[in-house]
Amino acid sequence: MSTDGGSNVVPGREEAGYDDATAPSGGFRKGAFGVSGSGDTSGFGGLVRVEPGGAVALHSTERPYGGWFDEVTDALIDAVGEATFAAAVQRVLVDRGEITYFVAREHLLTLVQALRDDEALRFELLSSVSGVDYLDSGGPAVGPGRPRLHAVYHLTSMTYRRRIRLEVAVTAEDPHVPSVTGTYPTADWHERETFDMFGIVFDGHPGLTRILMPDDWDGHPQRKDYPLGGIPVEYHDATIPPPDTRRAYR
Amino acid sequence: MTTTQDPYAGSRETTEGRVYTVTGGDWDATLGADPHENERLVVNMGPQHPSTHGVLRLVLDLEGETVTKARVVIGYLHTGIEKNTEYRNWVQGTTFVTRMDYLAPLYNEAGYCMAVEKLLGIEVPQRAQTIRLLVMEINRIASHLVGLATGGMELGALTAMTNGFREREMCLDLLEEITGLRMNHAYIRPGGLAQDLPEGAVEHIREFLEVMPKRVADFHRMLTGQPIWQRRLKDVGYLDVTGCLALGVTGPILRSAGLPWDMRKVEPYLGYETYDFEVPTADTCDAWGRYLVRMAEVNESLKLIGQALDRLEPGPVMVEDRKIAWPAQLALGPDGMGNSHEHVAHIMGQSMEALIHHFKLVTEGFRVPAGQVYVPIESPRGELGYHVVSDGSTRPWRVHVRDPSFVNLQATAAMSEGGMIADVIAAIASIDPVMGGVDR
Repeated sequence: MSTDGGSNVVPGREEAGYDDATAPSGGFRKGAFGVSGSGDTSGFGGLVRVEPGGAVALHSTERPYGGWFDEVTDALIDAVGEATFAAAVQRVLVDRGEITYFVAREHLLTLVQALRDDEALRFELLSSVSGVDYLDSGGPAVGPGRPRLHAVYHLTSMTYRRRIRLEVAVTAEDPHVPSVTGTYPTADWHERETFDMFGIVFDGHPGLTRILMPDDWDGHPQRKDYPLGGIPVEYHDATIPPPDTRRAYR
Repeated sequence: MTTTQDPYAGSRETTEGRVYTVTGGDWDATLGADPHENERLVVNMGPQHPSTHGVLRLVLDLEGETVTKARVVIGYLHTGIEKNTEYRNWVQGTTFVTRMDYLAPLYNEAGYCMAVEKLLGIEVPQRAQTIRLLVMEINRIASHLVGLATGGMELGALTAMTNGFREREMCLDLLEEITGLRMNHAYIRPGGLAQDLPEGAVEHIREFLEVMPKRVADFHRMLTGQPIWQRRLKDVGYLDVTGCLALGVTGPILRSAGLPWDMRKVEPYLGYETYDFEVPTADTCDAWGRYLVRMAEVNESLKLIGQALDRLEPGPVMVEDRKIAWPAQLALGPDGMGNSHEHVAHIMGQSMEALIHHFKLVTEGFRVPAGQVYVPIESPRGELGYHVVSDGSTRPWRVHVRDPSFVNLQATAAMSEGGMIADVIAAIASIDPVMGGVDR
């Protein structure tokens, strides 16, 4: 790795052999209390730390994954073919005893069909579909087209008693993901909720309408740039601001 | 002046202006008579309806008394709990999630805390695990009794309601004694429990174990053999294993279809694999089977509670790590439960470091390493899953709850279309949804 980066290369990262494309995100954290630009005289405000990880880890786990993870991955490669697997699965992450496949949305339906029907896989149950918004979650400097919205699928194999996670990342400008309701009818309400809360549009869903919020609601409330809301509360002549505007530790 | 014919009211011009004649009774002339459609009636049921098991709205297409289409509308109890947890620290999250499925608060707390603990990579002490199991099983009995009570009420069996709530009161008394609150306990915390069992709790639980089997037998005497109860439930709300899996249905509904899928057996947590209990099933796939499964599960929970009591060993109920464990020791004072006098004296009078430590943990909270986990547990209604994401800070980045009521309620249409309108009530009662969990 070149050291031409000069002063903006963080010490420690080079030695670990990371480059920005594969480094775990998390980036920098300033100040022990998350305070910036204030009159904090404690000295902690000037603290700068590099944190490994971050909300969305951008690295990939190397083979062997351990346990049955390799078995499932091999079975999936057998079921969909090596070329499709290479195109579909962008990376694989094993963390805390759970395996996550990051999937390109074009191949999601091929993958879930194989995961449900293949004899060696048999993920009969789609436990959950949820959204996560990774807006400003740290990580290397990224441009505006960063896929911040993730649709996360938790699949359960009742036959083999295994669980895997699929994750599809899309940008807020083009938030389209194919609907898996054709394979897993249970995804109906899950996808409606994820659409309602995050604005991820599941193409091919039989009736993608809001489910928890009123039909005429504006915006998608669980996106990170959507305010929590709330009103200031007065108590004993003091005013307490709503939770999302209070000073807080991060 | 316009000559457009108003289909709903005839009109003619007079010197005083236009006069409308509203006659009604012209429905066929207006819409056109359809011999096959003229029985079709769209009925709105709920959200404020005593028989929809909560603020649930149903839009039913009827032909006579037969339901041809059932649409479920939810969201009336949406409180944004998932979003709110992102603005509070990890410990405060417990007080939010406990309010979702309000009939199974301890399951919400346990699922959330187990997810946080998995992210932290810590294991809670044995005594805390045993007490968690103990209070959760008491909670399961209480929840099943409410399911039976409200289900009975909706079908007109009011004694089932009064008796069910009476027996549930015994469970709530125990939980109040142990946790301080009847519901929304915030008793299970990341790292362990808020406090240990109070004195006398074990004896009271043992008394409950003496009484409860007789009460379960009373329910069987009152309901199980009763012809009306049987005919209201048998062959109603049919859903087989294939339907359950396609719709993601878990819990007693799946077990009433014959599949012994119970997270406590298939993916044991809290040491469930070391306890002796059965997973009751039925093969009827209907509301009757679900009733029998729930009643049998009450008995299994009683077995589990007895075994948990026998295993209680003295020990800590919170992790040793002082960077995670809540710093204050709780004690009962003259004005109720609060920080113990010794602890307050220690931090205010003796140790500056202890005060700083207390302040930092209570205001800022602990940090949880970045990553994501999915933790499923078996709530009274099925698989309760917590998908928790951390970015390494003092607050959750995202908490998603896979609530079993939310998923199971999708089966309403499959269970009730083609049946009678009165059976819709029985079918929904057999799903036993809790709208606080459905809408979150």
